[in-house]
Amino acid sequence: MNNVSRRKFVTTGLAVAAGASGIAVAAKIAQHHGLIPPDAGVLYGPGETLTYAAQRLLTRHSMAREFSRDQISTNPFANPVDPLGDEFTRLHAASFVDWQLTVDGMVTRPATLSLAEIRSFPITTHITMIGCEEGWTYIGEWTGVPLSYILDRVGALPQARYVVYRSIQPDWWESIDMADALHPQTLVAHRMNGNELPVPFGGPLRLRVPRQLGYKNVKYLNHITLTDTLKPFGKGLGGADPDGGYAWYAGI
Amino acid sequence: MNATLPIADRATHQLSSSNPVSAVPSTQRHSALVRVTHWLTTLAFLALLLSGGEILLSHPRFYWGETGNVNMRPWLNLHVPSSRRAVPTGYGYVLPDQNGWSRYLHFEAAWLAVGTALLYGLFGVFSGHFRRNLFPAASDLSIKELGNSLLRHLRFERPGNEEVWSYNVLQRLSYLLVIFVLFPLMIWTGLAMSMGFTSAFPLSVRLLGGQQTARSLHFLVTILLVLFLFIHVLMVLVAGFRNRMRAMITGRAIPPGE
Repeated sequence: MNNVSRRKFVTTGLAVAAGASGIAVAAKIAQHHGLIPPDAGVLYGPGETLTYAAQRLLTRHSMAREFSRDQISTNPFANPVDPLGDEFTRLHAASFVDWQLTVDGMVTRPATLSLAEIRSFPITTHITMIGCEEGWTYIGEWTGVPLSYILDRVGALPQARYVVYRSIQPDWWESIDMADALHPQTLVAHRMNGNELPVPFGGPLRLRVPRQLGYKNVKYLNHITLTDTLKPFGKGLGGADPDGGYAWYAGI
Repeated sequence: MNATLPIADRATHQLSSSNPVSAVPSTQRHSALVRVTHWLTTLAFLALLLSGGEILLSHPRFYWGETGNVNMRPWLNLHVPSSRRAVPTGYGYVLPDQNGWSRYLHFEAAWLAVGTALLYGLFGVFSGHFRRNLFPAASDLSIKELGNSLLRHLRFERPGNEEVWSYNVLQRLSYLLVIFVLFPLMIWTGLAMSMGFTSAFPLSVRLLGGQQTARSLHFLVTILLVLFLFIHVLMVLVAGFRNRMRAMITGRAIPPGE
């Protein structure tokens, strides 16, 4: 082996080693700063990780676009849902007076809140867009309790990294990171366009995450769980849609 | 970049339509970076086209402004079968939902396209590739020259020897259009549909006129890019498929007549 090729061999080796350890270090740092999505291990994980990390670096505190009152859609569209089952029908018939929202997991004071209680909490209103992953959109005025208020109230532990939330519809659940959970526009919404939230749009309660697509805005919300890992939930990918092959992060 | 090239290579790199061709036998046509980024872009583009078309099937309608859904009047209804029951298409069936992997693949391929474009862009600026190979000579931009070039293309004339080594003026202009107008527009209109991105950069969508306008433009620019792809491949066939492919794969071209 002559001098030039040995030098080349050594520098190439060093470069590869530096590259590999660079990636390992970057992954550690990214993990520490919450830049790795729970579905990073799936087939399209590398692209998904880049998307989530890039958006989190840019959007941790950014606000979803808000619109003026005259931009509210006069003809919003609600994607049809599967039949909601007997329990929902019973609660609906009684005007949802017995609807409850359970909050548990990594909190100091787990609670089961009635719809009346939730409606008595301080509210936030914003006129924002709902966008479906299919490509369609509408604009509505959403009113509800900031999720951060409810998390404060139950004493969310600082170790909590995700909020898992469920619909009364069995097997309809999603999760968001704390950046979205504590975001001021993230609401447990109970009103839309000045009225009680209509059933087709998720009434009586819907988790409204305006910086993410429609499928993260779970309808008929009745259960919230704080956790530091998504592994025990479903396939560990962070939601029913991710379990079904969709990306967990839906800010794009 | 150029400074590191051996003299012999530099000479062939600097060939342009004005240089005599006969002096240089089979030799370097495309640099390694151009070849690698060309095929990476091809890969990314095909993946984006496939996945984008698939995503489109879930709502094959287009609107202007911020909002659009099946309760609103589209400016364009593609009248193709849909993968969603909620979209009335007139067809008696609903296609299977493939949006999960399609969206994953679309964004992964977009990252590949953007990464490749950054690499190519830096190379293009610092190696002189843009200046030398893409920016047309002022003398080629007269109406007469452009008209002549257009006529030669419309007649599907096999290009002369000089084009084995250099792009003709229409070729340069169309590559410039794709690289500096259509590709950036594609990325821009794509990002303008992301509610995460627009929360940080609201002007990105406001300047376009709304989220649905961004989606419509994304589709229209796709059509232009597909049109470009067809003409590009057709021209490769007209100019000599084997030699052009050899040049883009191995980097070397064989001068005509050898």
